[in-house]
Amino acid sequence: MSWIALKMLVGDRAKFFGIVIGLTFAAALITQQGSIFCGLMLRTCAQVTDVTGADLWVMEPSVRFIDDAKPMLESNLQRVRGVKGVKWAVPLYKGNGRAKLTFAPDAMKEKTFPPDRLARDREREQAKQSAAPSNVFTKVLDLVVPDVDSAPTPPARWYSPGLVNVIEQVILLGVDDASMVGAPPGGPMLGAEPRGRMWVGSLEDLRRPESIVVDRVGLRKLFPGCHLDEPFTDPPESDEAYLERLRRFIASTPEIEMNDHRAIIVGVCEATRTFTSNPVVYTLYSRAKQFIPMERKMLTYILAKTADDENGAKAPAAVVADRIQKQTGLGALTSEAFMYRTIKYYLIYTGIPINFGITVFLGFLVGTAIAGQTFYNFTIENIRQFGSLKAMGASNSRIVGMILLQAAVVGTLGYGIGVGLSTLFGFKTLDRWGNPTELAYFTPWQLLPTTAVAIVFICVLASLISVQRVIRLEPAIVFRS
Amino acid sequence: MTAAESTLEAGEGASGLRTAVRIRGLSKHFGSGDQRVQALAGIDLDLYAGQMSLIVGPSGCGKTTLLSVIAGILNADEGEASIFGQDVVKMSDRAKTRFRADRIGFVFQQYNLLPALTAAENASIPLVIAGWRKAPAVQKAAEVLAAVGMGKKLWSLPSQLSGGQMQRVAIARALVHDPHLLVCDEPTAALDHDTGITVMELLREKVVRPDRAVVVVTHDNRVFHFGDRIAHMDDGRVVEIEERNGRSAL
Ligand SMILES: Nc1ncnc2c1ncn2[C@@H]1O[C@H](COP(=O)(O)OP(=O)(O)O)[C@@H](O)[C@H]1O
Ligand SMILES: [Mg+2]
Repeated sequence: MSWIALKMLVGDRAKFFGIVIGLTFAAALITQQGSIFCGLMLRTCAQVTDVTGADLWVMEPSVRFIDDAKPMLESNLQRVRGVKGVKWAVPLYKGNGRAKLTFAPDAMKEKTFPPDRLARDREREQAKQSAAPSNVFTKVLDLVVPDVDSAPTPPARWYSPGLVNVIEQVILLGVDDASMVGAPPGGPMLGAEPRGRMWVGSLEDLRRPESIVVDRVGLRKLFPGCHLDEPFTDPPESDEAYLERLRRFIASTPEIEMNDHRAIIVGVCEATRTFTSNPVVYTLYSRAKQFIPMERKMLTYILAKTADDENGAKAPAAVVADRIQKQTGLGALTSEAFMYRTIKYYLIYTGIPINFGITVFLGFLVGTAIAGQTFYNFTIENIRQFGSLKAMGASNSRIVGMILLQAAVVGTLGYGIGVGLSTLFGFKTLDRWGNPTELAYFTPWQLLPTTAVAIVFICVLASLISVQRVIRLEPAIVFRS
Repeated sequence: MTAAESTLEAGEGASGLRTAVRIRGLSKHFGSGDQRVQALAGIDLDLYAGQMSLIVGPSGCGKTTLLSVIAGILNADEGEASIFGQDVVKMSDRAKTRFRADRIGFVFQQYNLLPALTAAENASIPLVIAGWRKAPAVQKAAEVLAAVGMGKKLWSLPSQLSGGQMQRVAIARALVHDPHLLVCDEPTAALDHDTGITVMELLREKVVRPDRAVVVVTHDNRVFHFGDRIAHMDDGRVVEIEERNGRSAL
């Protein structure tokens, strides 16, 4: 009977595609919105996940999330080092700095120019970027608001390249002077192994006086008009050419004023985008303390590593964290626990989950409505066919089996295409090196079974309504015309 | 009691033919109160194997209702309707489903072919319901289709067939599992005169066999002469039974 069910299902192409599209839509919307939500949540703890090498975070006990920096006395560092099971412990400063940009744009531009080959595209690209934004929405706006010239849409840039003495809030991270734990992995981002997350320069450059390392996206925001734009796409710019642009810029020893202290940018690193998307500035712990007004308490976090036990086995980080907490009275969490604590804070204290939840739920409802409705209609329109099968002696259970099989097929197709589409969408949001861009997108594996459950629910619901219609169906209808 | 035993137990009619359908005091109503319709009001009727029986009468007199009860797709209120010795009125729904699958072939006015299946696939449905695999079922159906003159249209979809051709496919479908009783409700009503005659001839020549009864409900008096035994109905009752001897009524 199953082949009959399948032929019935695909026999009417339009209806078949209608059902599959409905389910695809539901599946795609749920995974896509879910992924954006998870991506955003990951962004909130980007700075926890960006720290490699340490497995414990020690902090003031009342810290609720990574940006909730509450400094401690530096003597705590020794106390943590004294706890059994701690291999090493290093300081990490995390705070906000005010970067003042004092460059004269024209002078800077002279020093930093893109390769000639791309001059034409650069101008085109820049003309595009400094002009008022033009997209579907502005075009619709132009239609609705005809006199648009008198109130021009502001340029897409954060501020005009012509402006000087701009002040920009940055995330300032001071890593341990000796070990540099907490800084991005040292190797180059592209090219020779071992890879790290440095585009230009190396971590060792931080040992030079007044030096800082800025993240690539943040640098672009700090120095508009200095040819730091993303690689051109038309014609495509090679990675090497792009790197060359960044290198030339760094070679021009650009500097900023960090809270009235001179800071020279010696390197460009890649940093996971943060929720607030402020530029990320790395420097040494001692230098960060110089940048920031002197306070009694300066130590924001202590990064620590668990040691091996006497018998060589690795002590679980959570056990050591517990021990630190008991002995020092400080808050101590494993990296993972701190990540979840941060996410949890955003989940509970911001409206983000509710808003996304509503979108996901709407997608679910719309998908249910479309797919359920089309599937139910499909059954109802085929009711005469089911009726004649019943008359010819097909039992209810076999007809229910046929309907469930049909639902399973459209469900599987819709799920597969929907998840496939949203995954494709996810890949499209990455830049050419696979880094996330403005759109946060992360699909944890748990999202896939969740979507599957939703789709199964839709299919079961739709087929149950259909099934009870068919079960109650009097086979005698076949003789009525 | 197995189907084979019950067939043997079925009595012989007055004419020496085996009784295929024995109906006694059968009644059936629809609705209640003001809406109540007495569709069948105590029917007594015998139909024989090896014959083509016609049930005729004006529209709304209960022909389809009677046929539905005989075919086991509608529950009667009371009475007896034995098909080769098995009383469908007393059967459970589950038993009726099995009974239909094993014993009954259906021919409908609207053909009721599945539009997504080819002629051969449509004709194979009763075998598939009986549990056959697709390939042998379609193979057998193709043979039966060839026997009813549809050998060239095996792989056509219903939408590519004319009304007469669709009715032939439907007849092949009704025959494919070799049922004891064929029930046909207005098989010619949707067809033009000549096609209707051809379909009736087909039923008469290819379908009627000594061990099989064919019951045709019709109000199309142009095909009355095909019947061996014609039951005239009116207002839920059989008002006259007409016997025609031999098949040379033409
Ligand atoms: N399902 C039903 N519900 C209510 N009334 C019905 C139903 N089926 C048939 N009837 C009524 O029963 C009577 C007999 O119908 P039917 O057997 O279809 O007549 P025929 O086939 O001779 O035209 C008619 O009056 C019809 O309106
Ligand atoms: Mg009728």
